[in-house]
Amino acid sequence: MKHVYGWLLLTPAAILLIGFTHYPTLRTIGESFFSRGSSLRPSRFIGLDNYRAMFDDPIFWKVLTNNLWFALGTIPTSIILALTMALLVNRALPGRALVRMAFFTPTILPMIAVANIWLFFYTPDIGLIDQILSLVGISGHNWLGDPATVLGAIIVMTIWKEAGFFMIFYLAALQHLPPELREASRLEGAGRWHHFRRVTFPLLMPTTLFVLINAVINSFKLVDHLFILTKGGPNNASNLLLYYIFETAFSYFDTNFAATLTVALLFLLALMALAQFYLLDKRVHYR
Amino acid sequence: MKPLKKLLGALSIAAMCWSANPAAAATELTMYYPVAVGGPLTAIVDSMVADFMTENPDITVNAIYAGNYNDARIKALAALNSGQPAQTSVMFSIDLYELIEQDAIVAFDDIVTTDEERAWLDSFYPALMENGTTGGKTWGIPFQRSTIVMYYNKDAFRAAGLDPEAPPQTWDELVEMGKKLTKEDGSQWGAMIPSTGYPYWMFGALTMQNGQVLMNDSGDTTFFDDPAVVEALQFWYDLGNTHQIMPAGTIEWGTLRQNFLEGKTAIMWHSTGNLTAVKDNATFDFGVAMLPASERRGTPTGGGNFYIFKQTTPEERTAAMKLIKFMTSPERSAEWSMKTGYVGISPAAYQNEALVNYVEEFPYAAVARDQLEFATAELSTYQTGRVRKALDDAIQAALTGAATPEQALGEAQAVAERLLKPYR
Repeated sequence: MKHVYGWLLLTPAAILLIGFTHYPTLRTIGESFFSRGSSLRPSRFIGLDNYRAMFDDPIFWKVLTNNLWFALGTIPTSIILALTMALLVNRALPGRALVRMAFFTPTILPMIAVANIWLFFYTPDIGLIDQILSLVGISGHNWLGDPATVLGAIIVMTIWKEAGFFMIFYLAALQHLPPELREASRLEGAGRWHHFRRVTFPLLMPTTLFVLINAVINSFKLVDHLFILTKGGPNNASNLLLYYIFETAFSYFDTNFAATLTVALLFLLALMALAQFYLLDKRVHYR
Repeated sequence: MKPLKKLLGALSIAAMCWSANPAAAATELTMYYPVAVGGPLTAIVDSMVADFMTENPDITVNAIYAGNYNDARIKALAALNSGQPAQTSVMFSIDLYELIEQDAIVAFDDIVTTDEERAWLDSFYPALMENGTTGGKTWGIPFQRSTIVMYYNKDAFRAAGLDPEAPPQTWDELVEMGKKLTKEDGSQWGAMIPSTGYPYWMFGALTMQNGQVLMNDSGDTTFFDDPAVVEALQFWYDLGNTHQIMPAGTIEWGTLRQNFLEGKTAIMWHSTGNLTAVKDNATFDFGVAMLPASERRGTPTGGGNFYIFKQTTPEERTAAMKLIKFMTSPERSAEWSMKTGYVGISPAAYQNEALVNYVEEFPYAAVARDQLEFATAELSTYQTGRVRKALDDAIQAALTGAATPEQALGEAQAVAERLLKPYR
């Protein structure tokens, strides 16, 4: 009887989880073995052909490389920035609430709105960045139109958007650290940096792991800005995997190839989540 | 007891109304429409639909505003697949082959019955019909259609010592005047042609001007590596690099109008759809002209057509035809053109008194119409999304200097060949 009761309690969550996560995942994997269908030429089983096409697709490799650079560019910087901001606003500071709010503001803006704002920051000549640069005599640059700078420009914008969000977690964690630790360090004659490196940072590791996992997922999940800023251009220089999946599914109407790409994305994310849990868990102190 | 009786009474009245309703409205039409809900166009479409229902009390039209062209197509096709009713829709004119391949639409030739209706099919500008016809049949009726025109800043022309009433007529003049209009310090460029968002569309204008279209009219062959096409892309690249009258790299579609309004460029190529916005916001004297010519003048058309879906009863098709005839009538088309800046779709629309007066007062409203004579279809093929993407990537690769025009277009042509071969 006890078991029935337990299962009944689990049912609502299980239905949602199966309906919206597990079933779609299995269906996606299934679809990836079929050809693109239309009413005139129905979809048929083609085995691994979609996967072969994916490995032969230069755009797939391009978006994958872009995504890795995007992750490398956004994750460490936004985490370091978040931690720095959290340490800064955790101290007694005149106008502390105001500063905290200022750091957090980018987070509450929708990504589409952020992209629209930054589109005008980056606009050559009339944009904010070029106008400031022109004050010191540097002439305008086509930030989003140059394949060499476009991904960097998007990374900067994403860091601006993300760091405030991660700051909140660090701030909450910092406020739970007992102040006695700082006093003990002081008695022992440890400097600020030493205290941070040996006491604060290790105690923040659970938060860092949480933030890191979120940052990794976000670096593959956040593509809203591409719709506004570049549409993946010029010539795929800023295209990311998820945006390519969207294009394949809804612009080319090739849901089967999109499913194949989605499987690749799922595989990558699963791999990284596992790596993080197994490798980093050892270094995390849970109290 | 009393409240219960009341309730029963109310229910029976409601039931009567409900059962009586289908008899009053013989045909119900669901129309998908590609604008965002609550935008300025929604109000105009709503009022036109309301007028239609007043004239035809036996037809009810539910307009569903579905966002941009892409969203409208996705939502309409999804509705059809799940068995939801949808009889007609305005969708991107270049979705034609996709819709045919999905067996989603029916040709108008198979619906028209009378000679009068057949004549109606021929009453539109031929250039606007190109994207709606293939295999000798008409599948789309033009509605919200545009072309590319050249906007220019007359004050900048005067400041550079140029005649403000004589915009460039040829590519050579564009370069020559562009050089005079470009300021050394980078505060003003001669011209800007946008190369994000819809690069293939702007490119369609350049290739047409160079005497070559991008694809055949059965949508299964592209001509991306034709010498005239390569030359057109070389010219586009040269504008930014050799002649330096345009910023090098790609130029953002979304912020171009702002660049023009702030005087950062003296000339811009843009959709006629911007006409009303430029007219309302320009703080300087501006002009609108046809695009310049190389071998000839040229521009692709753009915008949305009416389609009728295949899963419809004969009554619904008749009703949908009535609706489409109403929406595309000269009076409605004239009203639509004045309110939005889209092109009037038939010669008769430009004979409509209101539009005649409007053109007299604001002659630039007629530039797009005059240019229709030189217009061609917008790039549209089977597998159109992928083929378009291949061309877009090639254009951007060439403009950013990552590949020569010849290399880039050769690759795009190879991709298109591979995609289109099964359709021949």
